[in-house]
Amino acid sequence: MSEEIASTSNEIKTPTDFMSNYKGEIAIRLTDLKKTFDGKDFVITGMNLAIPKGSLTAIIGFSGTGKSVILKHILGLYKPTSGKVEVLGQDVSLLSFDQLTDFRKRFGVLFQSAALFDDMTVLENVCFPLIEHRRDLSEEQVIKIAGEKLNQVGLEAKHFEKLPNQISGGMQKRTGLARALALDPEILFYDEPTTGLDPILTEMVDDLILETHHLRAGQTSVMVSHDLDAAFRIADYVAMLHAGQVLLFGTPEDFFKTNIELVQTFVAKGLKRSQPT
Amino acid sequence: MIQKSVRYIDKFADYLTSGFTGFIAESGAVLLFMGSSIRSSFRRPNRYLEVIRHMEFVGNQSVFIIMLTGTFTGLALAYQIYLGFKMVNATNLVGPIVALGISRELGPVLTGLIVAARAGGAMAARLGTMKVNEQIDALDVMGVNTKQYLIAPRIYASIICMPLLCAIFDFVAIGGAWFLSVKVVDLDEAVFWDKVTHTVEIRHINEGLFKAAVFGLVFATICCYRGFNTSGGAKGVGEATNRGVVHSMVMIIVLDYFLTSLLRMVEAAMGFQV
Repeated sequence: MSEEIASTSNEIKTPTDFMSNYKGEIAIRLTDLKKTFDGKDFVITGMNLAIPKGSLTAIIGFSGTGKSVILKHILGLYKPTSGKVEVLGQDVSLLSFDQLTDFRKRFGVLFQSAALFDDMTVLENVCFPLIEHRRDLSEEQVIKIAGEKLNQVGLEAKHFEKLPNQISGGMQKRTGLARALALDPEILFYDEPTTGLDPILTEMVDDLILETHHLRAGQTSVMVSHDLDAAFRIADYVAMLHAGQVLLFGTPEDFFKTNIELVQTFVAKGLKRSQPT
Repeated sequence: MIQKSVRYIDKFADYLTSGFTGFIAESGAVLLFMGSSIRSSFRRPNRYLEVIRHMEFVGNQSVFIIMLTGTFTGLALAYQIYLGFKMVNATNLVGPIVALGISRELGPVLTGLIVAARAGGAMAARLGTMKVNEQIDALDVMGVNTKQYLIAPRIYASIICMPLLCAIFDFVAIGGAWFLSVKVVDLDEAVFWDKVTHTVEIRHINEGLFKAAVFGLVFATICCYRGFNTSGGAKGVGEATNRGVVHSMVMIIVLDYFLTSLLRMVEAAMGFQV
Protein backbone atom coordinates (compact mmCIF):
# COMPACT_ATOMS: atom_id res chain seq x y z
CA MET A 1 0.00 0.00 0.00
CA SER A 2 2.75 2.48 0.94
CA GLU A 3 4.49 1.97 -2.43
CA GLU A 4 1.25 2.73 -4.24
CA ILE A 5 0.85 5.84 -2.14
CA ALA A 6 4.40 6.94 -2.90
CA SER A 7 3.90 6.42 -6.59
CA THR A 8 0.68 8.39 -6.75
CA SER A 9 0.87 11.04 -4.06
CA ASN A 10 2.67 13.63 -6.17
CA GLU A 11 -0.04 13.68 -8.83
CA ILE A 12 -3.11 13.55 -6.58
CA LYS A 13 -5.17 16.73 -6.51
CA THR A 14 -8.74 15.65 -7.08
CA PRO A 15 -10.47 12.24 -6.93
CA THR A 16 -10.56 12.22 -10.74
CA ASP A 17 -6.76 12.62 -10.81
CA PHE A 18 -6.48 9.83 -8.30
CA MET A 19 -8.75 7.49 -10.27
CA SER A 20 -6.80 8.02 -13.48
CA ASN A 21 -3.42 7.53 -11.78
CA TYR A 22 -4.15 4.72 -9.32
CA LYS A 23 -3.15 1.29 -10.63
CA GLY A 24 -4.52 -0.91 -7.81
CA GLU A 25 -8.03 -2.28 -7.26
CA ILE A 26 -10.84 0.03 -6.19
CA ALA A 27 -13.21 -1.13 -3.42
CA ILE A 28 -15.70 1.73 -3.52
CA ARG A 29 -16.34 4.05 -6.44
CA LEU A 30 -18.81 6.94 -6.49
CA THR A 31 -19.40 8.37 -9.96
CA ASP A 32 -21.15 11.72 -10.41
CA LEU A 33 -23.27 11.04 -7.34
CA LYS A 34 -26.07 13.51 -6.66
CA LYS A 35 -28.57 13.45 -3.80
CA THR A 36 -31.50 15.64 -2.88
CA PHE A 37 -34.07 14.85 -0.22
CA ASP A 38 -36.62 17.53 -1.12
CA GLY A 39 -36.13 17.69 -4.90
CA LYS A 40 -34.62 21.18 -4.67
CA ASP A 41 -31.49 21.43 -2.52
CA PHE A 42 -28.71 18.97 -3.36
CA VAL A 43 -26.76 17.61 -0.40
CA ILE A 44 -24.36 15.79 -2.73
CA THR A 45 -23.66 17.67 -5.95
CA GLY A 46 -22.01 15.30 -8.40
CA MET A 47 -19.42 13.59 -6.24
CA ASN A 48 -16.62 11.41 -7.61
CA LEU A 49 -14.64 9.29 -5.19
CA ALA A 50 -12.60 6.10 -5.42
CA ILE A 51 -11.47 4.24 -2.31
CA PRO A 52 -8.62 1.78 -2.93
CA LYS A 53 -9.00 -1.83 -1.87
CA GLY A 54 -7.03 -2.71 1.25
CA SER A 55 -6.62 0.91 2.34
CA LEU A 56 -7.75 2.77 5.44
CA THR A 57 -9.48 5.86 4.11
CA ALA A 58 -10.81 8.69 6.25
CA ILE A 59 -13.65 10.91 5.05
CA ILE A 60 -13.49 14.28 6.77
CA GLY A 61 -15.22 17.63 6.39
CA PHE A 62 -17.23 20.32 8.10
CA SER A 63 -20.59 19.39 9.61
CA GLY A 64 -23.35 19.13 7.03
CA THR A 65 -21.04 18.45 4.09
CA GLY A 66 -22.58 15.04 3.42
CA LYS A 67 -20.18 12.62 5.16
CA SER A 68 -22.89 10.48 6.72
CA VAL A 69 -25.02 10.74 3.57
CA ILE A 70 -22.12 9.28 1.57
CA LEU A 71 -21.74 6.45 4.07
CA LYS A 72 -25.46 5.68 3.89
CA HIS A 73 -25.27 5.57 0.10
CA ILE A 74 -22.38 3.12 0.24
CA LEU A 75 -24.29 0.96 2.75
CA GLY A 76 -27.34 1.03 0.49
CA LEU A 77 -29.48 2.81 3.10
CA TYR A 78 -30.04 5.70 0.67
CA LYS A 79 -30.65 5.54 -3.09
CA PRO A 80 -28.84 8.17 -5.17
CA THR A 81 -30.90 10.80 -6.99
CA SER A 82 -28.48 10.26 -9.88
CA GLY A 83 -25.04 8.75 -10.40
CA LYS A 84 -23.49 5.45 -9.43
CA VAL A 85 -22.38 3.88 -6.17
CA GLU A 86 -20.21 0.84 -6.83
CA VAL A 87 -19.07 -1.28 -3.92
CA LEU A 88 -16.80 -4.27 -4.63
CA GLY A 89 -17.70 -3.90 -8.29
CA GLN A 90 -21.46 -3.98 -7.66
CA ASP A 91 -23.76 -1.01 -8.26
CA VAL A 92 -25.64 -1.04 -4.94
CA SER A 93 -28.39 1.27 -6.19
CA LEU A 94 -29.45 -1.42 -8.70
CA LEU A 95 -29.74 -4.21 -6.13
CA SER A 96 -33.17 -5.42 -5.05
CA PHE A 97 -34.07 -5.40 -1.34
CA ASP A 98 -33.17 -9.09 -0.96
CA GLN A 99 -29.94 -8.77 -2.94
CA LEU A 100 -28.95 -5.77 -0.88
CA THR A 101 -29.71 -7.57 2.39
CA ASP A 102 -27.48 -10.41 1.20
CA PHE A 103 -24.77 -8.06 -0.08
CA ARG A 104 -24.53 -6.26 3.25
CA LYS A 105 -23.17 -9.43 4.85
CA ARG A 106 -19.86 -8.37 3.27
CA PHE A 107 -19.80 -5.15 5.36
CA GLY A 108 -19.10 -4.47 8.98
CA VAL A 109 -20.08 -1.17 10.59
CA LEU A 110 -19.03 0.39 13.86
CA PHE A 111 -21.61 3.06 14.65
CA GLN A 112 -21.02 6.28 16.51
CA SER A 113 -23.07 5.03 19.47
CA ALA A 114 -21.84 1.42 18.99
CA ALA A 115 -25.57 0.59 18.47
CA LEU A 116 -25.43 -2.49 20.69
CA PHE A 117 -28.70 -4.33 21.29
CA ASP A 118 -29.45 -3.36 24.86
CA ASP A 119 -31.44 -6.48 25.73
CA MET A 120 -28.53 -8.75 24.77
CA THR A 121 -25.31 -9.38 26.66
CA VAL A 122 -21.92 -8.46 25.19
CA LEU A 123 -21.40 -12.03 23.99
CA GLU A 124 -24.93 -12.30 22.56
CA ASN A 125 -24.39 -9.07 20.61
CA VAL A 126 -21.35 -10.55 18.89
CA CYS A 127 -23.07 -13.93 18.41
CA PHE A 128 -26.06 -12.26 16.72
CA PRO A 129 -24.66 -11.84 13.16
CA LEU A 130 -23.22 -15.35 13.32
CA ILE A 131 -26.56 -16.85 14.38
CA GLU A 132 -28.30 -14.90 11.62
CA HIS A 133 -25.96 -15.72 8.76
CA ARG A 134 -23.89 -18.76 9.72
CA ARG A 135 -26.60 -21.31 10.32
CA ASP A 136 -24.11 -24.06 9.53
CA LEU A 137 -22.30 -23.37 12.82
CA SER A 138 -23.19 -25.12 16.07
CA GLU A 139 -23.96 -23.09 19.20
CA GLU A 140 -20.52 -23.95 20.63
CA GLN A 141 -18.77 -22.80 17.46
CA VAL A 142 -20.72 -19.52 17.42
CA ILE A 143 -19.77 -18.81 21.04
CA LYS A 144 -16.13 -19.74 20.34
CA ILE A 145 -15.88 -17.38 17.34
CA ALA A 146 -17.64 -14.56 19.22
CA GLY A 147 -15.24 -15.05 22.16
CA GLU A 148 -12.25 -14.88 19.80
CA LYS A 149 -13.52 -11.66 18.22
CA LEU A 150 -14.03 -10.11 21.65
CA ASN A 151 -10.53 -11.15 22.70
CA GLN A 152 -9.19 -9.74 19.44
CA VAL A 153 -10.52 -6.28 20.34
CA GLY A 154 -9.16 -6.60 23.86
CA LEU A 155 -12.28 -7.39 25.86
CA GLU A 156 -11.84 -9.79 28.76
CA ALA A 157 -14.09 -12.79 29.32
CA LYS A 158 -15.37 -11.43 32.64
CA HIS A 159 -17.35 -8.79 30.70
CA PHE A 160 -18.98 -11.22 28.25
CA GLU A 161 -22.16 -11.74 30.26
CA LYS A 162 -22.72 -8.06 31.03
CA LEU A 163 -25.39 -5.95 29.36
CA PRO A 164 -24.24 -2.93 27.29
CA ASN A 165 -25.35 -0.48 30.00
CA GLN A 166 -23.12 -2.25 32.52
CA ILE A 167 -19.89 -1.60 30.60
CA SER A 168 -17.94 1.59 29.82
CA GLY A 169 -18.12 3.58 26.57
CA GLY A 170 -14.77 2.20 25.46
CA MET A 171 -15.90 -1.38 26.07
CA GLN A 172 -19.09 -0.67 24.13
CA LYS A 173 -16.98 0.49 21.18
CA ARG A 174 -14.87 -2.66 21.45
CA THR A 175 -17.99 -4.82 21.53
CA GLY A 176 -19.40 -2.95 18.54
CA LEU A 177 -16.16 -3.54 16.66
CA ALA A 178 -16.13 -7.24 17.59
CA ARG A 179 -19.70 -7.51 16.28
CA ALA A 180 -18.72 -5.72 13.07
CA LEU A 181 -15.84 -8.18 12.66
CA ALA A 182 -17.92 -11.28 13.43
CA LEU A 183 -18.58 -12.22 9.81
CA ASP A 184 -15.05 -11.31 8.63
CA PRO A 185 -16.30 -8.47 6.41
CA GLU A 186 -14.48 -7.30 3.31
CA ILE A 187 -15.12 -3.65 4.13
CA LEU A 188 -15.26 -2.19 7.60
CA PHE A 189 -16.93 1.19 8.12
CA TYR A 190 -16.44 3.43 11.14
CA ASP A 191 -19.09 6.13 11.53
CA GLU A 192 -17.68 8.92 13.73
CA PRO A 193 -16.03 6.33 15.99
CA THR A 194 -14.52 8.81 18.44
CA THR A 195 -17.16 11.55 18.61
CA GLY A 196 -18.02 12.36 22.21
CA LEU A 197 -15.19 10.32 23.73
CA ASP A 198 -12.51 11.68 26.04
CA PRO A 199 -8.93 12.05 24.65
CA ILE A 200 -7.65 8.81 26.23
CA LEU A 201 -10.58 6.79 24.93
CA THR A 202 -10.26 8.51 21.54
CA GLU A 203 -6.65 7.40 21.26
CA MET A 204 -7.57 3.89 22.38
CA VAL A 205 -10.28 3.64 19.68
CA ASP A 206 -7.92 5.05 17.02
CA ASP A 207 -5.26 2.49 17.95
CA LEU A 208 -7.88 -0.24 17.90
CA ILE A 209 -8.95 0.77 14.38
CA LEU A 210 -5.33 0.79 13.21
CA GLU A 211 -4.55 -2.57 14.87
CA THR A 212 -7.69 -4.14 13.42
CA HIS A 213 -6.85 -2.82 9.97
CA HIS A 214 -3.28 -4.14 10.11
CA LEU A 215 -4.34 -7.49 11.57
CA ARG A 216 -6.64 -8.19 8.67
CA ALA A 217 -4.60 -8.08 5.49
CA GLY A 218 -6.46 -6.89 2.42
CA GLN A 219 -9.40 -5.48 4.32
CA THR A 220 -10.69 -2.08 3.26
CA SER A 221 -11.56 0.31 6.08
CA VAL A 222 -13.50 3.55 5.72
CA MET A 223 -13.70 5.99 8.59
CA VAL A 224 -16.06 8.97 8.64
CA SER A 225 -14.72 11.38 11.22
CA HIS A 226 -14.38 14.92 12.51
CA ASP A 227 -11.18 13.95 14.24
CA LEU A 228 -8.42 15.28 11.97
CA ASP A 229 -5.68 14.18 14.32
CA ALA A 230 -6.84 10.56 14.04
CA ALA A 231 -7.48 10.82 10.31
CA PHE A 232 -3.95 12.03 9.59
CA ARG A 233 -2.37 9.64 12.09
CA ILE A 234 -3.97 6.38 10.99
CA ALA A 235 -5.39 6.78 7.49
CA ASP A 236 -3.64 5.85 4.24
CA TYR A 237 -5.87 8.26 2.32
CA VAL A 238 -8.04 11.17 3.35
CA ALA A 239 -10.99 12.63 1.44
CA MET A 240 -12.20 16.06 2.44
CA LEU A 241 -15.77 16.91 1.52
CA HIS A 242 -17.14 20.38 0.99
CA ALA A 243 -20.50 21.50 -0.43
CA GLY A 244 -21.40 17.98 -1.57
CA GLN A 245 -18.11 17.47 -3.46
CA VAL A 246 -14.71 16.00 -2.68
CA LEU A 247 -12.52 19.04 -2.20
CA LEU A 248 -9.27 17.09 -1.86
CA PHE A 249 -8.39 13.42 -1.92
CA GLY A 250 -4.91 12.23 -1.11
CA THR A 251 -2.46 11.04 1.47
CA PRO A 252 -2.19 12.91 4.79
CA GLU A 253 0.99 14.56 3.43
CA ASP A 254 -0.98 16.04 0.52
CA PHE A 255 -3.16 17.90 3.01
CA PHE A 256 -0.17 19.71 4.46
CA LYS A 257 1.26 20.52 1.03
CA THR A 258 -1.95 21.76 -0.60
CA ASN A 259 -2.56 25.40 -1.43
CA ILE A 260 -6.36 25.10 -1.26
CA GLU A 261 -7.24 27.75 1.31
CA LEU A 262 -10.30 26.01 2.74
CA VAL A 263 -8.32 22.82 3.33
CA GLN A 264 -5.49 24.78 4.96
CA THR A 265 -7.96 26.51 7.32
CA PHE A 266 -9.77 23.26 8.14
CA VAL A 267 -6.54 21.39 8.82
CA ALA A 268 -5.00 24.21 10.85
CA LYS A 269 -8.11 24.65 13.02
CA GLY A 270 -8.75 20.93 13.35
CA LEU A 271 -5.22 20.14 14.44
CA LYS A 272 -5.02 23.19 16.71
CA ARG A 273 -8.07 21.96 18.62
CA SER A 274 -6.34 18.69 19.38
CA GLN A 275 -3.12 20.37 20.69
CA PRO A 276 -2.77 21.03 24.43
CA THR A 277 -3.20 24.72 25.32
CA MET B 1 -63.80 42.63 8.34
CA ILE B 2 -65.23 40.52 5.50
CA GLN B 3 -61.74 39.99 4.10
CA LYS B 4 -60.53 38.83 7.51
CA SER B 5 -63.44 36.37 7.75
CA VAL B 6 -62.71 35.02 4.26
CA ARG B 7 -59.08 34.58 5.24
CA TYR B 8 -60.07 32.62 8.35
CA ILE B 9 -62.45 30.44 6.32
CA ASP B 10 -59.68 29.83 3.77
CA LYS B 11 -57.26 28.92 6.52
CA PHE B 12 -59.79 26.57 8.10
CA ALA B 13 -60.54 24.95 4.72
CA ASP B 14 -56.80 24.50 4.12
CA TYR B 15 -56.44 22.97 7.56
CA LEU B 16 -59.27 20.53 6.87
CA THR B 17 -57.95 19.64 3.40
CA SER B 18 -54.39 19.11 4.56
CA GLY B 19 -55.65 17.12 7.56
CA PHE B 20 -57.75 14.88 5.34
CA THR B 21 -55.04 14.33 2.70
CA GLY B 22 -52.52 13.77 5.49
CA PHE B 23 -54.81 11.16 7.03
CA ILE B 24 -55.23 9.36 3.69
CA ALA B 25 -51.48 9.42 2.99
CA GLU B 26 -50.69 8.21 6.51
CA SER B 27 -53.28 5.42 6.31
CA GLY B 28 -51.79 4.30 3.01
CA ALA B 29 -48.29 4.31 4.49
CA VAL B 30 -49.46 2.24 7.48
CA LEU B 31 -51.20 -0.29 5.20
CA LEU B 32 -48.09 -0.61 3.00
CA PHE B 33 -45.97 -1.03 6.11
CA MET B 34 -48.28 -3.79 7.35
CA GLY B 35 -48.29 -5.50 3.94
CA SER B 36 -44.51 -5.47 3.55
CA SER B 37 -44.00 -6.65 7.14
CA ILE B 38 -46.38 -9.58 6.76
CA ARG B 39 -44.97 -10.44 3.32
CA SER B 40 -41.46 -10.50 4.78
CA SER B 41 -42.54 -13.15 7.29
CA PHE B 42 -43.03 -15.69 4.48
CA ARG B 43 -39.31 -15.57 3.69
CA ARG B 44 -36.54 -17.52 5.36
CA PRO B 45 -35.37 -17.61 8.09
CA ASN B 46 -38.53 -18.21 10.09
CA ARG B 47 -39.01 -16.18 13.27
CA TYR B 48 -41.20 -18.52 15.35
CA LEU B 49 -39.07 -17.99 18.44
CA GLU B 50 -39.43 -14.23 18.13
CA VAL B 51 -43.21 -14.61 17.84
CA ILE B 52 -43.25 -16.71 21.03
CA ARG B 53 -41.01 -14.19 22.81
CA HIS B 54 -43.40 -11.36 21.92
CA MET B 55 -46.44 -13.48 22.83
CA GLU B 56 -44.99 -13.77 26.32
CA PHE B 57 -44.80 -9.97 26.47
CA VAL B 58 -48.14 -9.14 24.83
CA GLY B 59 -50.07 -12.09 26.30
CA ASN B 60 -48.62 -13.40 29.56
CA GLN B 61 -47.67 -10.03 30.92
CA SER B 62 -51.13 -8.61 30.20
CA VAL B 63 -53.12 -11.35 31.95
CA PHE B 64 -53.16 -9.76 35.39
CA ILE B 65 -54.29 -6.31 34.23
CA ILE B 66 -56.92 -7.90 31.96
CA MET B 67 -58.29 -9.98 34.85
CA LEU B 68 -58.36 -6.98 37.13
CA THR B 69 -60.13 -4.67 34.70
CA GLY B 70 -62.40 -7.47 33.48
CA THR B 71 -63.63 -8.28 36.98
CA PHE B 72 -64.45 -4.70 37.83
CA THR B 73 -66.03 -4.04 34.43
CA GLY B 74 -68.34 -7.03 35.02
CA LEU B 75 -69.18 -5.83 38.53
CA ALA B 76 -69.89 -2.23 37.48
CA LEU B 77 -71.85 -3.13 34.36
CA ALA B 78 -73.97 -5.70 36.19
CA TYR B 79 -74.72 -3.21 38.95
CA GLN B 80 -75.80 -0.47 36.51
CA ILE B 81 -77.98 -2.86 34.54
CA TYR B 82 -79.46 -4.27 37.73
CA LEU B 83 -80.42 -0.76 38.90
CA GLY B 84 -82.03 0.03 35.55
CA PHE B 85 -83.84 -3.27 35.12
CA LYS B 86 -85.08 -3.22 38.69
CA MET B 87 -87.28 -0.25 37.74
CA VAL B 88 -89.05 -2.32 35.08
CA ASN B 89 -88.94 -5.53 37.12
CA ALA B 90 -86.66 -7.35 34.65
CA THR B 91 -83.71 -8.20 36.90
CA ASN B 92 -83.61 -11.77 35.56
CA LEU B 93 -82.19 -10.28 32.34
CA VAL B 94 -79.11 -8.81 34.04
CA GLY B 95 -76.99 -11.91 33.34
CA PRO B 96 -77.69 -12.28 29.62
CA ILE B 97 -77.44 -8.55 28.89
CA VAL B 98 -74.10 -8.30 30.65
CA ALA B 99 -72.84 -11.50 29.00
CA LEU B 100 -73.90 -10.33 25.52
CA GLY B 101 -72.49 -6.85 25.99
CA ILE B 102 -69.22 -8.18 27.33
CA SER B 103 -68.67 -10.95 24.78
CA ARG B 104 -69.62 -8.90 21.70
CA GLU B 105 -68.49 -5.37 22.50
CA LEU B 106 -66.90 -4.51 25.79
CA GLY B 107 -64.64 -7.55 25.93
CA PRO B 108 -62.79 -6.97 22.65
CA VAL B 109 -62.87 -3.17 22.86
CA LEU B 110 -61.62 -2.86 26.42
CA THR B 111 -59.06 -5.62 25.90
CA GLY B 112 -57.90 -3.78 22.77
CA LEU B 113 -57.63 -0.44 24.57
CA ILE B 114 -55.81 -1.89 27.58
CA VAL B 115 -53.35 -3.99 25.58
CA ALA B 116 -52.78 -1.15 23.08
CA ALA B 117 -51.86 1.14 25.96
CA ARG B 118 -49.65 -1.42 27.68
CA ALA B 119 -48.04 -3.52 24.94
CA GLY B 120 -48.56 -1.16 21.97
CA GLY B 121 -47.02 1.76 23.83
CA ALA B 122 -44.07 -0.42 24.81
CA MET B 123 -43.65 -1.57 21.18
CA ALA B 124 -43.57 2.01 19.89
CA ALA B 125 -41.16 3.10 22.62
CA ARG B 126 -38.86 0.09 22.13
CA LEU B 127 -38.68 0.44 18.35
CA GLY B 128 -38.34 4.22 18.62
CA THR B 129 -35.42 3.84 21.00
CA MET B 130 -33.83 1.27 18.69
CA LYS B 131 -34.26 3.68 15.79
CA VAL B 132 -32.69 6.72 17.47
CA ASN B 133 -29.86 4.61 18.91
CA GLU B 134 -29.03 3.32 15.38
CA GLN B 135 -29.86 -0.28 16.38
CA ILE B 136 -32.27 -0.61 13.45
CA ASP B 137 -29.59 0.73 11.08
CA ALA B 138 -27.17 -1.78 12.62
CA LEU B 139 -29.60 -4.61 11.85
CA ASP B 140 -30.05 -3.30 8.30
CA VAL B 141 -26.34 -3.19 7.56
CA MET B 142 -25.90 -6.62 9.18
CA GLY B 143 -28.10 -7.98 6.41
CA VAL B 144 -31.10 -8.60 8.66
CA ASN B 145 -34.55 -7.88 7.24
CA THR B 146 -35.75 -5.53 9.99
CA LYS B 147 -39.44 -5.81 9.16
CA GLN B 148 -39.22 -9.58 9.28
CA TYR B 149 -37.22 -9.58 12.51
CA LEU B 150 -38.80 -6.70 14.44
CA ILE B 151 -42.27 -6.02 13.07
CA ALA B 152 -43.89 -9.22 11.78
CA PRO B 153 -43.35 -11.18 15.05
CA ARG B 154 -44.96 -8.37 17.05
CA ILE B 155 -47.95 -8.25 14.71
CA TYR B 156 -48.43 -12.03 14.81
CA ALA B 157 -48.00 -12.15 18.59
CA SER B 158 -50.71 -9.49 18.99
CA ILE B 159 -53.11 -11.23 16.59
CA ILE B 160 -52.69 -14.52 18.45
CA CYS B 161 -52.76 -13.14 22.00
CA MET B 162 -55.63 -10.69 21.70
CA PRO B 163 -58.41 -13.31 21.32
CA LEU B 164 -56.92 -15.26 24.24
CA LEU B 165 -56.84 -12.16 26.42
CA CYS B 166 -60.35 -11.26 25.28
CA ALA B 167 -61.58 -14.73 26.30
CA ILE B 168 -60.04 -14.21 29.74
CA PHE B 169 -61.64 -10.77 29.96
CA ASP B 170 -65.06 -12.24 29.02
CA PHE B 171 -64.70 -15.03 31.55
CA VAL B 172 -63.73 -12.88 34.52
CA ALA B 173 -66.18 -10.09 33.59
CA ILE B 174 -69.09 -12.56 33.51
CA GLY B 175 -67.72 -13.97 36.78
CA GLY B 176 -67.83 -10.45 38.20
CA ALA B 177 -71.39 -10.01 36.97
CA TRP B 178 -72.35 -13.34 38.59
CA PHE B 179 -70.77 -12.26 41.90
CA LEU B 180 -72.64 -8.95 41.88
CA SER B 181 -75.96 -10.48 40.83
CA VAL B 182 -75.93 -13.57 43.03
CA LYS B 183 -73.80 -12.68 46.04
CA VAL B 184 -74.40 -8.93 46.36
CA VAL B 185 -77.93 -8.13 45.13
CA ASP B 186 -79.26 -11.63 45.77
CA LEU B 187 -80.66 -12.65 42.39
CA ASP B 188 -81.39 -16.30 41.74
CA GLU B 189 -78.26 -18.14 40.61
CA ALA B 190 -80.13 -20.77 38.56
CA VAL B 191 -82.10 -18.09 36.69
CA PHE B 192 -78.88 -16.12 36.09
CA TRP B 193 -77.07 -19.05 34.45
CA ASP B 194 -80.15 -20.36 32.65
CA LYS B 195 -80.75 -16.99 30.97
CA VAL B 196 -77.05 -16.57 30.14
CA THR B 197 -76.68 -20.02 28.55
CA HIS B 198 -79.92 -19.62 26.59
CA THR B 199 -79.09 -16.16 25.24
CA VAL B 200 -75.37 -16.21 24.57
CA GLU B 201 -74.35 -18.38 21.63
CA ILE B 202 -70.93 -19.47 20.51
CA ARG B 203 -71.16 -17.09 17.54
CA HIS B 204 -71.47 -14.12 19.93
CA ILE B 205 -68.27 -15.12 21.65
CA ASN B 206 -66.55 -15.79 18.32
CA GLU B 207 -67.59 -12.34 17.13
CA GLY B 208 -65.79 -10.78 20.09
CA LEU B 209 -62.71 -12.96 19.62
CA PHE B 210 -62.58 -12.07 15.92
CA LYS B 211 -62.79 -8.37 16.73
CA ALA B 212 -60.03 -8.78 19.30
CA ALA B 213 -57.74 -10.36 16.69
CA VAL B 214 -58.42 -7.46 14.30
CA PHE B 215 -57.72 -4.94 17.08
CA GLY B 216 -54.46 -6.78 17.76
CA LEU B 217 -53.47 -6.37 14.13
CA VAL B 218 -54.46 -2.68 14.21
CA PHE B 219 -52.65 -1.58 17.37
CA ALA B 220 -49.52 -3.63 16.67
CA THR B 221 -49.25 -2.21 13.14
CA ILE B 222 -49.87 1.40 14.15
CA CYS B 223 -47.54 1.31 17.16
CA CYS B 224 -44.78 -0.51 15.26
CA TYR B 225 -45.13 1.95 12.36
CA ARG B 226 -44.79 4.90 14.73
CA GLY B 227 -41.81 3.39 16.50
CA PHE B 228 -40.09 2.25 13.31
CA ASN B 229 -40.35 5.75 11.80
CA THR B 230 -39.23 7.67 14.87
CA SER B 231 -36.85 10.58 14.43
CA GLY B 232 -35.48 13.25 16.71
CA GLY B 233 -34.04 11.58 19.80
CA ALA B 234 -35.79 11.15 23.14
CA LYS B 235 -38.49 13.71 22.24
CA GLY B 236 -39.21 11.75 19.06
CA VAL B 237 -39.55 8.51 21.02
CA GLY B 238 -42.04 10.15 23.37
CA GLU B 239 -44.06 11.54 20.46
CA ALA B 240 -44.01 8.21 18.61
CA THR B 241 -45.27 6.39 21.71
CA ASN B 242 -47.95 8.96 22.37
CA ARG B 243 -49.18 9.05 18.77
CA GLY B 244 -49.00 5.27 18.45
CA VAL B 245 -51.18 4.67 21.50
CA VAL B 246 -53.66 7.48 20.78
CA HIS B 247 -54.12 6.52 17.11
CA SER B 248 -54.48 2.84 18.04
CA MET B 249 -57.18 3.62 20.61
CA VAL B 250 -59.11 5.87 18.24
CA MET B 251 -58.87 3.29 15.45
CA ILE B 252 -60.07 0.49 17.75
CA ILE B 253 -63.18 2.44 18.73
CA VAL B 254 -63.93 3.62 15.19
CA LEU B 255 -63.27 0.21 13.68
CA ASP B 256 -65.47 -1.48 16.28
CA TYR B 257 -68.55 0.21 14.85
CA PHE B 258 -67.72 -0.81 11.27
CA LEU B 259 -66.84 -4.36 12.30
CA THR B 260 -70.11 -4.64 14.24
CA SER B 261 -72.08 -3.43 11.21
CA LEU B 262 -70.22 -5.78 8.89
CA LEU B 263 -70.71 -8.78 11.15
CA ARG B 264 -74.44 -7.95 11.53
CA MET B 265 -74.76 -7.97 7.74
CA VAL B 266 -72.89 -11.27 7.47
CA GLU B 267 -75.03 -12.85 10.21
CA ALA B 268 -78.22 -11.55 8.61
CA ALA B 269 -77.14 -13.01 5.27
CA MET B 270 -76.51 -16.33 7.02
CA GLY B 271 -80.02 -16.25 8.49
CA PHE B 272 -79.10 -15.61 12.12
CA GLN B 273 -81.29 -13.44 14.28
CA VAL B 274 -79.62 -10.61 16.14
